[in-house]
Amino acid sequence: MNQAKAFSNVVTSRLGGETITACYQCGTCASSCPVAKITERFNPREVIKLSLLGEKDEVIAGDAIWLCCSCYNCQERCPQKVEIADVIYALRNIALKEGYIPNIYSEFASALSNDGRIVGVSKFVESKRPTLGLPPLQPTGMEALKKILSATGFTKLQKKEEKS
Amino acid sequence: MSSYALFLGCTIPARQPNYELSARKSLAKLGVELVDLANFTCCCPPPVQSIDLETSLAVAAYNICLAEEADLDMVTLCSGCFESLAMTNTMLKNDEELRARINRILTEAGKEFAGNKEVKHFLQVLVDDVGLKRLKQSVTRPLNNIKAAAFYGCHALRPSELLKLDDPERPRILENLIETLGAKSVEYRNKLKCCGGLLRGFSDDLALNLAKEKLANTAKAGADCIATLCPFCFIALDLGQLQIRSKLNETFNMPVLHYSELLSLALGIDPKELALETHKIKADGVVSKILRSR
Repeated sequence: MNQAKAFSNVVTSRLGGETITACYQCGTCASSCPVAKITERFNPREVIKLSLLGEKDEVIAGDAIWLCCSCYNCQERCPQKVEIADVIYALRNIALKEGYIPNIYSEFASALSNDGRIVGVSKFVESKRPTLGLPPLQPTGMEALKKILSATGFTKLQKKEEKS
Repeated sequence: MSSYALFLGCTIPARQPNYELSARKSLAKLGVELVDLANFTCCCPPPVQSIDLETSLAVAAYNICLAEEADLDMVTLCSGCFESLAMTNTMLKNDEELRARINRILTEAGKEFAGNKEVKHFLQVLVDDVGLKRLKQSVTRPLNNIKAAAFYGCHALRPSELLKLDDPERPRILENLIETLGAKSVEYRNKLKCCGGLLRGFSDDLALNLAKEKLANTAKAGADCIATLCPFCFIALDLGQLQIRSKLNETFNMPVLHYSELLSLALGIDPKELALETHKIKADGVVSKILRSR
């Protein structure tokens, strides 16, 4: 199997990546992209083209996939129904599995595993709730969450990430 | 009286008592009951979807299961929570294979997604359960001289096929809700463009430039304030203005109010009860304009 076919198979077999091969490079995505309008560092059409050409290392080790703002404009407008924002998630998921993860996402992963939320509520903020007239916060379902994160392999993924 | 399980998420309890107070108080006034269920977790919005999409779907489905067990539909105030939960709900209802895959994971936590509940955004509850007509009749302090710029952000509207809130290219729900309060909804350039919120922390320069454009366009349109429906958009535009001032050397002073805050003021709720001091760009001018117009 050639390099291009091999990588597009990896992408299409992942959740979110299924539709990538329908792309015919019309550029509707790029012209709908608010990020591409203000920087040359990200262009959704280019990310898809490189992926379909099998340029795996360039795609997953680069900054570009992390510059998508997840606005879904491109996905709404794609005439080929390529789920572009979801394809970007699939590429990010692959990148992460291979050890490429920006710090901020690393922090999100630890926060989810440790606190059950990606933005923590400090004890101080929680203690002010009655004075503001807000009901107490309900407990977070940590026990169930831990089981789910372990069943999906997230826990293992994150431990590997913390070591690297 | 309709009842919903309130999915509060993380950013609102962590940083925006103004959103939570105004949403709770206005819905109570309009006869919508909110139930706070135990054991919700993170909704798993785009930042977690970026890490592992399957995990996100499973955790979102777990949260929906809790509402199913309580026999309640869910309401979210945050568009991130809405995107994650409503998207998962529709995907799992429509795709048997995916539902089976996620349910195999949920078994570990003793749950099973049944797919018999709805996930709604706060705005949908206002339109579907209260109705614009009754909403209008409930207004005791009309916002007659206020010009508000409707700010949708992304994840209330898109992906529209799964979220079904409104037309993704020409939505009207927020403009209609603004005008029901007596305010004028002003049109501005690139209204539906992203606030840049999700790039914060990875590429702050791009995030601030996206927010700057929104602020410039709403200011140019003569808006008194921006009306938001998402805590991330609120941060990008409100706190964002302080960062834009220091890093890009541009000053806007554009108050950003959640729709729920405008609604609470229009329903006659005392501004002192709404934690308006949470705003980085003070909303005092807008509030006194509303109070003066009585």
